[in-house]
Amino acid sequence: MDLLSASAVNWSRAQFALTASYHWLFVPLTIGLGLIMAIMESLYVKTGDEKWKNATKFWQKIFGINFAIGIATGIILEFQFGTNWSNYSWFVGDIFGAPLAIEGILAFFMEATFVSIMFFGWNRVSKKMHLASTWLVFVGASLSAFWILVANAWMQYPIGMEFNPESVRNEMVDFWAVAFSPVAYNKFLHTTFSCWAVGAAFVVAISGWYLLKKRHTDFAVKSMKIGSLVGLVAFVMLAVTGDGSAYHVAQKQPMKLAAMEGLYEGKEGAGLVAVGMLNPARKNYNDEVDPYIFKIELPKLLSLLGYRDINAFVPGIVDIVDGGYTLPDGTTSLSFQERKERGLKAIQALADYQVAKEEGRDADAANHEIILRENYAHFGYGYLETEEDMIPNIPLTFYSFHLMVMIGMYFILFFMVMLYFLYKKDMVSNRWLQYVALWSLPLAYLASQLGWVVAEVGRQPWTIQDILPVQAASSAISAQNVATTFILFAVLFTGLLIAEVTIMVKQIKKGPESEGLKA
Amino acid sequence: MITYEFLQQYWWFIMSLLGGLLVFLLFVQGGQSMLHSLSRKEDEKRLLVNSLGRKWEYTFTTLVTFGGAFFASFPLFYSTSFGGAYWAWMILLFCFVLQAVSYEFQSKPGNIFGAATYRIFLFINGLLGTFLLGVVVATFFTGSEFTVGKGNIAGLGTAGPIISQWQNPLHGLELLGNLRNLTLGFAVLFLARTQASLFFVNRLNHEVLEKRSRKFVLYNGLPFVVFFLIFLIWTLISEGYAVDPITKDVYLEKMKYLNNFIEMPLVMVLFILGVVAVLYGITRTVFSADFKNGIWYSGAGTIVTVTMLLLIAGLNNTAYYPSSVDLQSSLTLQNSSSSEFTLSTMAVVSLLVPVVAAYIFYAWRALERKKLSLDDLNNDGHAY
Repeated sequence: MDLLSASAVNWSRAQFALTASYHWLFVPLTIGLGLIMAIMESLYVKTGDEKWKNATKFWQKIFGINFAIGIATGIILEFQFGTNWSNYSWFVGDIFGAPLAIEGILAFFMEATFVSIMFFGWNRVSKKMHLASTWLVFVGASLSAFWILVANAWMQYPIGMEFNPESVRNEMVDFWAVAFSPVAYNKFLHTTFSCWAVGAAFVVAISGWYLLKKRHTDFAVKSMKIGSLVGLVAFVMLAVTGDGSAYHVAQKQPMKLAAMEGLYEGKEGAGLVAVGMLNPARKNYNDEVDPYIFKIELPKLLSLLGYRDINAFVPGIVDIVDGGYTLPDGTTSLSFQERKERGLKAIQALADYQVAKEEGRDADAANHEIILRENYAHFGYGYLETEEDMIPNIPLTFYSFHLMVMIGMYFILFFMVMLYFLYKKDMVSNRWLQYVALWSLPLAYLASQLGWVVAEVGRQPWTIQDILPVQAASSAISAQNVATTFILFAVLFTGLLIAEVTIMVKQIKKGPESEGLKA
Repeated sequence: MITYEFLQQYWWFIMSLLGGLLVFLLFVQGGQSMLHSLSRKEDEKRLLVNSLGRKWEYTFTTLVTFGGAFFASFPLFYSTSFGGAYWAWMILLFCFVLQAVSYEFQSKPGNIFGAATYRIFLFINGLLGTFLLGVVVATFFTGSEFTVGKGNIAGLGTAGPIISQWQNPLHGLELLGNLRNLTLGFAVLFLARTQASLFFVNRLNHEVLEKRSRKFVLYNGLPFVVFFLIFLIWTLISEGYAVDPITKDVYLEKMKYLNNFIEMPLVMVLFILGVVAVLYGITRTVFSADFKNGIWYSGAGTIVTVTMLLLIAGLNNTAYYPSSVDLQSSLTLQNSSSSEFTLSTMAVVSLLVPVVAAYIFYAWRALERKKLSLDDLNNDGHAY
């Protein structure tokens, strides 16, 4: 079949990656800072101490600047499944559209409504109502994250649906399976904690800056304490939920796990690569060149983490492509060629079904449907050409994953040290640690983006795992058109980012004294 | 008896209602398009920006929800229209991106692009956000150039695996070449501006702006009525895209939309009442210097009128998203909707909408107990 030019598909992928990455610069701070400002306002209402009110109002000002650009970068995503991925939108929209609609109805309106009370309602509603509004902004943002992550989780682990050959699409049959899939709630928890982590790192960094400038010492220390507590909880929970996520990846997306670890040749009792460098000399998936230039491996740990069994077989890229190993359910895995054959059979059966139906040959159609269903699990492979098509970008996935974990480990240590100095020693005079706090901020943002790189690059070529690859998922639009919108968004979002950062920096430099706090 | 057909019609009603709410809430955009013409001084501009600024997120969120709800209920429309009329939607979305940061950024210190830049963004969003939306909605009646072949994904058809194929290389820009589309575009633009003027008359505690706004109700109300009438009459007397309920074939029927009104008299009556309410809000505001509640009549009227208009686009065996190049590719409620399961699941979710409406109403009241004056801006903790 003549698929759309690779260039058009790749521009659409690039555009989605661009717009999603930009959006993801701002959303974590909305959720993380949202939590922290809600905690601070709770302390204000509980203690009556005006210092907590001023602290809250300062962080809310920062929140507002970030929130606006979060919205600006988000709207295009809502529509981009339609504009650039129209086949995807029909083929799986029956399941995928629902979480997006629910996100709009339940979460976005909650955020939008209560944020306006939060900003404009200080002198118009009661203390308790204002506090409730601030918490509802956080709840709304978190709900929004939940529903979009349910949608993304479904891409990775499609469940709760059945294919309907008559309407030529997948149809939802079990909403709860979709909403509470283990991939979904692991992903939601992991992503939520990553947002708390960014918010915490941000608050701690800005507070560190104030201490370095010897300004607003009391405010900075108070903010740092809350930020560090949230941060430590967040990063520890990130490790816990990260393990949960990786476990499900091992079960449901073995190729992604293999890519995360650079594992070409699978083994029993596989070790976890703690640190490693991939060998660029390995050009083909099965050329038997050593995949690593060097690695430090923690023995048996990959089998343990991935399968809860230190001797479990963890399939590598070669095993998954060539097939022949035993799957967790006891069956033998199929090779790429075998899957492609079955995929082509399924696609052909679908075509035959459609033609038979059109010509009124219902008995024939029923037979074709049987063949389709027998082979449907491999439907997406029918669109792939070669073995390489089913392998994601290994270096990008591998390094993103490992760097993300390293940064996570660093932050656990960092926040432990921060809390120690904040509660047991003297933070105010420790300029070295204040510098570290400030300069750690970019690492938090980096780890946050890397997580998404792992999730989304690691799932390539699939828009829906095993069912629909990118090649068959896009819109019928030429590369030039998409390249043009890509450039427009790149320019616009970069301009807005610069605008946002300059405004935020100015607001931070002004400091909470504009809210009535003395230096 | 809740049948699949009932659910499809229920969701078309919801989408129509969302459309009606959206067009009403476009008064924010209307106001943005008048920022420079309605105000003479900087503090007047500030007042306008801030009164709109307390509402802009409702319109934005309604637009986003409109997109999400369309995806969930009629995914073939979402895939065909957005993936096909690519440029029409991209430009529309682009100008909403511009709007989203403009209120927050325009008067903040450290703003390297300057307040004027953001106000131009607001102006662009005001102009294009309304006009383009009108143009696209008009295609529910005028048709667009696309084909749909669900079998394409299985290799049937000759143009690759993509199911929805737009046949015009301009990918949506060609919609601007259709005169009837343009009339609805202008109607929506001038309606938004008229409603914004009514909103200002109602909300602003500023004598000069209030008087000027009252005049603007007339300056914008007249062209709105003219363009709306042209679109309405033209559409009612034109051929429309009918669906044979038995064979599911799409065919052209003379005066289809007028027939829809006649065959659905409740819809027609409500439509007329909506129009009367809009005209009442406009005329009484123009002729009676003390009357400040025009926005409520005009707003309610707009919601009802647009809802009814969209209902006749899709109910009564009408193809709501017609193809002008291949009639049988036209989208109907039956061939483009989600499954019965999804529509019923989403229907349960839709029961929560009154809750959402209730807290929006509460918030609106809590913040708008009195009119907005310059004093409020200067004393409020948070102002744009």
